[in-house]
Amino acid sequence: MDILSTAAAPPGTAAAGPPVSPQPVTPRASARSMYRLHRLLEPNPVYRRLAALLDAVPLLRRLFTAAEKGVKKEIFGCRMCGQCALPSTGYACPMTCPKQLRNGPCGGVGGDGRCEVYPRMRCVWVTAFERADSQGRAGDLLRLQLPIDHRIWGHSSWIRYWQGQDEDLWAGAGA
Amino acid sequence: MTQPGEVASHGGSGGAASHGGSGRVASHGGSGGAAPGRFRASLESGTFTVTAEVGPPRGADAGAIVEKVSQLREWTAAVNITDNQGAAVRLSSWAGSLAALSAGVEPIMQVTCRDRNRIALQSDLLGASAMGIPNILVMTGDHPRFGDHADAKPVFDLDSTQLLWAAKTMRDDGRLLSGRELKPPPSWFLGSVENPSAPPVDFRAARLGKKVAAGAQFVQTQYVFDTGAFARWMDQVRDLGLHERCYILAGVGPISSLRALSHLEERVPGVQVPAGLSRRLRGVPADRVADEAMTACAETISEIRQIPGVAGVHVMAVASEHRVPVILQRAGVPPALHARSAASTAGGVPAARAAAGGGGHAR
Repeated sequence: MDILSTAAAPPGTAAAGPPVSPQPVTPRASARSMYRLHRLLEPNPVYRRLAALLDAVPLLRRLFTAAEKGVKKEIFGCRMCGQCALPSTGYACPMTCPKQLRNGPCGGVGGDGRCEVYPRMRCVWVTAFERADSQGRAGDLLRLQLPIDHRIWGHSSWIRYWQGQDEDLWAGAGA
Repeated sequence: MTQPGEVASHGGSGGAASHGGSGRVASHGGSGGAAPGRFRASLESGTFTVTAEVGPPRGADAGAIVEKVSQLREWTAAVNITDNQGAAVRLSSWAGSLAALSAGVEPIMQVTCRDRNRIALQSDLLGASAMGIPNILVMTGDHPRFGDHADAKPVFDLDSTQLLWAAKTMRDDGRLLSGRELKPPPSWFLGSVENPSAPPVDFRAARLGKKVAAGAQFVQTQYVFDTGAFARWMDQVRDLGLHERCYILAGVGPISSLRALSHLEERVPGVQVPAGLSRRLRGVPADRVADEAMTACAETISEIRQIPGVAGVHVMAVASEHRVPVILQRAGVPPALHARSAASTAGGVPAARAAAGGGGHAR
């Protein structure tokens, strides 16, 4: 399977058109592997310089952004908000919640963990809690995720992350 | 955006220092400096506090709200005015709140994130403070898909936790999300909601902690029918010390007809009616369901009262507000307001006024 293919939208993402309510996506990669992978992707001077280069050259930026979009859409149902919360949410994307809640589930989750808006799907926050908790990372969910900047949709969150541009995404950890 | 550090502290009073020395942060997360309203004063006095809920009418008539809240005046510290509950259009919650104020009943204005972006939300919150609405209840809101305008654009620009934080920042720091200064800053008593019995259950108490850190000074829960499950949630809440930083009101309500029971069982997301209660209501003659439901609700209230750390109950009896006093009497909860002789409107409390859905319409 071509992981970079953007042709087939994973279940839960609208292919095109006006912003309809997103549908929750269960990630296609284990939480454990994602936490491991993250260690390789943490910002360092090399990545920082690479990101600055990508940012400066429009063609490179477009290619890189398209690649990021392809990979993250396939695995997480990424919608390219450009302000990636995945490391804080057990690598289950909160922007696939129909209400796009970034700070935890709504009160309408069914007794068996189903989404209130799409009852045949699992609440992405139930998934997030299980995934984070299984890796001892449930505490991450207590970070206050600040309101997102809607101007950044479509941008590469990796370029932003490596350049330290998304450091105000969340504030503090509770409890 | 404002400085990330200031919200981080999970401690109510511990957070005071980070608020630029405004000195506003008291216990339970800060006050706007105004004299506490009746609701807040009741909670602070340690009285078992009762709130109820009123849904505004589908029509341009504030009189309907005045009539409903008047039935609750003696018995409640404040009354929630819902914000297009169930994503169905009703008279707005701020207008309903003003109508309640005019009737001498303290409103808790519900604000959902469903229909307004951060500009409109902050504007409405300022308006509420300016017009003397003392309490705000922040919630996500039902998805439009369930309402009478399923074709509407869902907004959800902020989530409820972010809106709480925005409101707290407006009040305590006198700033908008943009950072612009507010002169003068608003003042309200800020609340939120939680559903103790919805998955992920083990996250729900910690998540309340997140809302408390963001600004919630009181919380009203979704319907509690299973008091055992609620007590387990309260154990976790007390372990986290949240009951000392946030007043917790348990949501209760009568299931006044078999039709309402089916509706709750099948249509209301996040609510589970225990099989025992369902059997109990289905086991009585149709014309006695409403009465049995009031008794069951009263029993629930009595059980909840025994749970340490609970500050009160929030009685949701929408479209049957007249039943609230009966329920409270059966639960042995005294009126919030002692005989203020002007009790002209609260007369005729009993169930004589069986509303639609009470009697023969069942099934």
